[in-house]
Order: sequence, then C-alpha cells, then structure tokens
Amino acid sequence: MHVQAAKTVSHILHNCRQSENSYPRSYPPKTLLPFLTPPKTPTLSFRLASAPIKTREPNTNKTKSKVSIQVRLMRFVVTKPSAGAGAAGKARLGALYLGGGGAAPPIETPALVVPTRRGLPSFISRDLLDRLPYPDSLLLHLCPIHFIECPSTRTIKNIGGVHEMVGLQDHFFIASPGDSVESLPEHGGTNKIGAAFETPSGRRLINPKDYMDIISSTRPNLWASLADEVPAWVTEKRNRLSIDRTLKWLDDCLSLDQEKGASTLGAVVGGPNIEHRKKCATEVSMRNVSGFYLGGFGLGESIEERSALLNAVTNILPEEKIRFVSRLGLPEEVLQGVAAGIDLFDSTYIYHLTLGGFALVFPLDILGEAPEALLRNSSNDYTKINLHATIYRKDTSPIVDKCSCYTCQNHTRAYLNHLLNVHEMLAQILLEIHNTHHYLGFFRSIRRALKQEKFELFRERFMESRRVHLMEAVPYS
Amino acid sequence: MALQFEVVGRFNRARASKLTLPHYVVQTPMFMPVGTQGTIKGLTNRQLEDIGCQIILGNTYHLALRPGAELIDELGGLHKFMNWKRGLLTDSGGFQMVSLLHLADITEEGVTFQSPVDGKPMLLTPEESIQIQNKIGADIIMALDDVVRTTITGPRIEEAMYRTLRWMDRCIAAHKRPDAQNLFGIVQGGLDPVLRDICVRGLVERNLPGYAIGGLAGGEDKDSFWRVVAQCTAALPEDKPRYVMGVGYPLDIVVCSALGADMYDCVYPTRTARFGTALVPEGVLKLKHNAMASDERPIDSTCSCMVCKNYTRAYIHSLVTRDAMGSQLLSYHNLSYMMRLSKDLHMSIVEGRFPEYVRGFLRTQFPKGDVPQWVCNAMEVAGIDISSCCAPVPV
Repeated sequence: MHVQAAKTVSHILHNCRQSENSYPRSYPPKTLLPFLTPPKTPTLSFRLASAPIKTREPNTNKTKSKVSIQVRLMRFVVTKPSAGAGAAGKARLGALYLGGGGAAPPIETPALVVPTRRGLPSFISRDLLDRLPYPDSLLLHLCPIHFIECPSTRTIKNIGGVHEMVGLQDHFFIASPGDSVESLPEHGGTNKIGAAFETPSGRRLINPKDYMDIISSTRPNLWASLADEVPAWVTEKRNRLSIDRTLKWLDDCLSLDQEKGASTLGAVVGGPNIEHRKKCATEVSMRNVSGFYLGGFGLGESIEERSALLNAVTNILPEEKIRFVSRLGLPEEVLQGVAAGIDLFDSTYIYHLTLGGFALVFPLDILGEAPEALLRNSSNDYTKINLHATIYRKDTSPIVDKCSCYTCQNHTRAYLNHLLNVHEMLAQILLEIHNTHHYLGFFRSIRRALKQEKFELFRERFMESRRVHLMEAVPYS
Repeated sequence: MALQFEVVGRFNRARASKLTLPHYVVQTPMFMPVGTQGTIKGLTNRQLEDIGCQIILGNTYHLALRPGAELIDELGGLHKFMNWKRGLLTDSGGFQMVSLLHLADITEEGVTFQSPVDGKPMLLTPEESIQIQNKIGADIIMALDDVVRTTITGPRIEEAMYRTLRWMDRCIAAHKRPDAQNLFGIVQGGLDPVLRDICVRGLVERNLPGYAIGGLAGGEDKDSFWRVVAQCTAALPEDKPRYVMGVGYPLDIVVCSALGADMYDCVYPTRTARFGTALVPEGVLKLKHNAMASDERPIDSTCSCMVCKNYTRAYIHSLVTRDAMGSQLLSYHNLSYMMRLSKDLHMSIVEGRFPEYVRGFLRTQFPKGDVPQWVCNAMEVAGIDISSCCAPVPV
C-alpha cells in the first residue's frame, strides 16, 4: 500500500520550487518520505487551488530513467464529499496521488484528462506541454487501441512502458478503450470474442487477453476494463448482452491483472436503461476494483436522459472510489457530469475545436463577473471565436487578453488567422495549446466553485450565458 | 550596409565568421531553414531557438499572396508578425514564380505570370520585388535575378546573366532601406565559367553587402556544381558573406564550406522529415521502414536534441505518416542535426581542426571508403587531405 502524507508532499513541493533544478527528474530515494495515512482535512488541495497557475521549468534535455513498477500506483482521496442534497448534490472534490515515494503533487478532481494519440497530444510535443498549467496538465488519456498495430507489446515492454516511450515520466496516464476521435466503439462488430473498434486502418476486434497485453506493456497509472459500449438506440436484448459481456470481460481482465485490480477502473455499461445501469453498477461494485469507468455515454443518449442515467449509477457506486467518463466533452456536459459525481472527464472538445480553427474565449471567472458582463460578447459566439474569419486579419491582440498560455503570450490573432488560411501545421499546435490551457482553466473554475460551495450558482450562470447567446442567434419576429 | 562580417577562423579557403545583422549575430558556416509562409512547418519559435536556428527564410512570393505585403507592413514587418526575434532573410520571389507557375514568362521588364488567385496577368519587376521585401523587413533581401536551370544550354544562359546585372541596378535603385536591410546580389551564368566570371565581376563592382551563388541545386551533375562554387568563392571578395542558394544535403554543405562559402538554405531537412526520413551522421534513416518498428535505439545516439534524448526509433516509426506529431518530431531532429552541423563546422575552423572534422564526417558517411569522386576533386582544390577516407583503388 503506497500512501502519502499531504503535509510531506507539500514540504517536498516547497523544496522543489526553491532549488535550482526545481523539479526532480528521477524519483527521489524511497527513504525520503515516511508513509502515513492522508489527513481527513484537505488542507493541501485548498492551498494548491489558491495558488496562481504554475508552470514547470522547460524540460528539453532530459535523460531517460527507468522507473520500477511500484511507483505507478495511484491513490484517490475524496477531499470534499458531496453535499448529498440539491441538484448538484453529488458533486465532490478529490485528489489523485501518485504513490510510491515520488514527489509528484496530487491532481485535484474534477479534472480533465487530456486526450492523446499514441500517448502524446495530437499537436503539443513534450517540450511545449511543460508550459501548460501544472499539475493539471499531467493527466493524460491513453487509448490502448492506438497500439494494436505498432509498436508491438514486446517493444513497448522493452522500452519500459508508455511513460518512458513518450518521454513523459512525470505524467499520469488513464487508459480507457476507444477514443472519441478515431477509435470508436463499433457495437455491430463486437461479439463474444471481443470488442470492435473502427480505426483508421479498418475495423479491429480486441479480446480481453490482447487488451491486457497492451495494458501490461504500456503500464498506465489507471486503466478501464474492456467494455461492450452500445449506443442508446439498441434493443433491450442487445443491451442486456452488453452488460453480461462487460462483466465477463471485467473478470477476465482482473484475472490477467498482475496488480489485482489496484489500478483498475471497472467498466459500467447499461445503455439508456436505468434498471440495467443499476444492475451493472451493483455488479461491478462487488469486484475488487479501484474505481469505475462509466461507459456507453456520449453515444446517442439525449442530454436530458443522461442525468438520470449518470445519477442512477453514481448513487450505487461507493463514494470513496474514483469515477471516470468518456465522451462528455462540451462544457455543459462536463457540468452535468460533475453534478452527478463524476471525477474525471476525457474530452475531445479541444481537438475538434482546434481542427476547426476555433479558440475558446469564454471568461473563466464566472462567479466573479457581473451577470451583465458575461452576456456582453464581442463576437458572434460567447464561447469561442473562429480564427478563419477575416475580421481577425489585422487583429494584433492575443486570443484571450491576459491568458498566460504560450500562444497568447507570443502570438496574435492576426498571425493565427494567416496560419489557418495557408494551412500551416503551426496553427493547430498553437490552438491546441491555448484551448487545452483554457479548458484546464475551466476545470479549475469548477473546482474553485465547489470549494466555495457555489457550484450550483456557477452552473446556472454558465448555462444562462450560453442560452442567451443561442437566443440571440435565432431571429424571431 | 547594415551588416558586419568578421572572419574569426580560417583553414585554406574555408572560413568561420561572426556576421552581425540588425536583429541577430550569427555564426557561419550556417544553415538557414526555410519558413516559406511565415512559419517553419510544425515548429514554434521557442523550439527553433532551442534548436539553435539563427536565420530563417521567408518566401516573398508566398507572403505577398497571403497575408500580403501591405498587411505585413501595417502590422510592423515580418519579425513582429511572426514574433521571431532572430534573423530573417527573404528571397526575391522570382524563383517561385518560375518554378511554380505555368505560363510564366521572363521579359526585360520583369517576370510576367498568371496570378494563382484569379488568373489575371501580373508582372513582377525588380522594383516591385524590392518594394515588397522592404515592407516585409527582413535583415537580408535578395535581388530579383533571371534564374535559368543549369540543365539548359545555349544563348539563354548568357541573356539571363546580363539581365541579372541590369536588374541588379534596378534593385539597388529601388531599395529604400539600405540602413536596415542588406541587399545581396546573385551570381548567375549557368555552368559556364566565362559567364560566371563576368557576373561576379559585375556584382563586385556594385559593392554589395553580400553575394549569393544562384542557379545551382537544380539537377546539374555534382562535378559541375562544385566547380562553379569553387570558381565563385575564389573570385568573390573575402570580407563579404557568400550564400549558396538551395544547398541542403549535409555533404554538399561540408564541401561548399571547405571551398569558402558561408550560408546555405534548403527545404530538404524539413521536407524529408515530413516523409519520415531522419538525418543522421551516417546519411539518412527511413523511419517508415519495417525494421524500425522494433528498433529501440534513438534516431541518432550522438545527437542531444529533445527527440533523440527521449524517443526510440520504434515509437517514431509508429507516428510517421500517421500523426502530425511524427512530422513535428522528425523536423525537430532534422533541424537540430543541421544546426549541429553548422556549429561543428564553425567551431572546427575556429579551433584549428577543420581537416580532422571533414575526415571524420566523410568516414562516417562512407564507412566503406567509397567517397564520390567529385568530393575528392573538390577537397583537393580546397586543400584538404582525405586520402585516409578513400578506399584504395582495386587493381
């Protein structure tokens, strides 16, 4: 059992900030930290929250260090339990600690899990990742399906796992099958042997053993079991089948797991059927898992019916274990998930925005701003701007005034407009940096609102401002 | 003149220098990556600085089309537009027009062509080229020259050479910012030494801040290529920088440096990266190759760039041609390699070990001793003994 004292972690952090090599590259000796149970009062997470956005020193010439398997385990702690009452009754704050003597600071939840392709973001290379908000940007998604073809599991194992392979030894990887961009679950192809995914190289079927091969060679910090995720319009019979399969595959994965569930997120499915969802949640809770992956969302259910489904599941799941959901990407969907008690979100909202040439601009200080200020908008859309538009040709302002991301600190809207018009890759790099930075800021705002116990107000204000813009966009006589 | 050129080391014809430009102080020999449309494909300014890039190129033709010279001028010049703090060089736009556009025609007035935007006939004159480059604001600007491919023969070459000289005068007259931007002349004349000589003398008479050797790197045989470079570097003034345009293969850069050239540009390192090829001391490494899928070594074990310190060939193999990140990482490495090559050339000349460096380079590229004949010929003229690198001729 690897647990860590919050007080000791902050002590290490304090020293890290002071010393010349401010962030240790290889894990310090394990004798450095005594092992104590974490405190019940979440003093550390509050302190981190009030600190300004911190970024790390650039990390350009890092030497590789092989890290032993023990340090990978993560521990989740609920730092501010849900209030239990009210519409946002199930929202809670938590912290993810990397165990085993490392000095990595905890990641606060609810948190965004940054999407990746083969372990790296689509456009942000590791030396640019350094400048994103810290430690929020340490949390990355891993899609095992990306590694079906290459590199082989043996090569990945030899290299030492995904952290070594992509040069992000200090980051945390959370794995779930499928990503929302190009490895989509294909329920029609899934059968009793394995789950099917549509990938750029065609349809692929993966069984629990192959899946666990990839998991055990990549060694993410947390991983979801293989699931049969079906869209909302399947028959009841197909839905029931998906639950049976998912449970069986969970058991298969666990039996192949060397860590006996210590890093496993049990997959809970059940489609649009509340009773099925409850049944699946109950079953999965009985297994020896460390957390839960709520699968099958974002596959066609309406946003209205989703709340009921989410809550049906989280009502049953044990409070102290972490919950991760995929494909709830839009801000409204994130807020919905937070209200239902979800801790981790994997969103491809940023990716789609970036590809379309959009940059997020909505104000993050939603509680601080007067309501009228929020509704005032300088462009057509309060949330985002499309930098393709000719109005930006000569706009020498940054995307968002006072944004501390690399893009806003160094480049103008005019330059981005030009890059988009000439189809240069740098446009996507700069946009992904800004959008990721901004969206991580959104999650910080959510956590701040939760700490101040103003989450309901936060959510209301945010939704109100979105609705106003929609109404303005629709002309009526 | 807006530059200072100081030779800080020599070996026979080769020289290392410190070149002070309005925006940056550079060390030569130096390779300049090409940032065609106001960006190096897939790399941020910070990464380019980390890699050690000193000057990058912008293409006048592309920038004049989009975003347009007026806009760049209005927003304070290309440096400000890109937020690039170091050196910039723009070419005249002539080469792109001739090589990219159908129905481009060269007359005494200038280059007439069809606008790619709306098909209207347009004319780029020397005056206009300089005007556009004045607006863009680069540290070094190039005269509009009459470029002819070296594979062509006949009176066209002579016509082009004389026209280049006449256009040079028009460029000089049109140049409004000689205190802030250095106008380089370009030596033309095909592969004919007589024509080249006339052109060199003509340009030297005009006392320009620097000189380029143009019209090469277009498919001519290597033996002719090095001879033209050798002739030009011998005739061009010692105290001004020499820029061989379009040269990018590492071997070519080493040979030209030995013959006395200082600056180079080429799309090769970044373009080949996007096709999955990495530059290594031994030559090239094709990351797409199946053998790379399980190769756990870094691309180049002697390279200390971010990519080689963190990634294996196997991982890069899984990215190339599939993900944008693959192009980015390979471009990063390839440019790091070119900057390291530049630095090594400069330091080996300064530290008096240039011949050893050249021999080491050739041995690594040609371990079997099969150094091409043209390299041997060139090195003889350069006064560098590479007999130890060449395998004995079989009897």
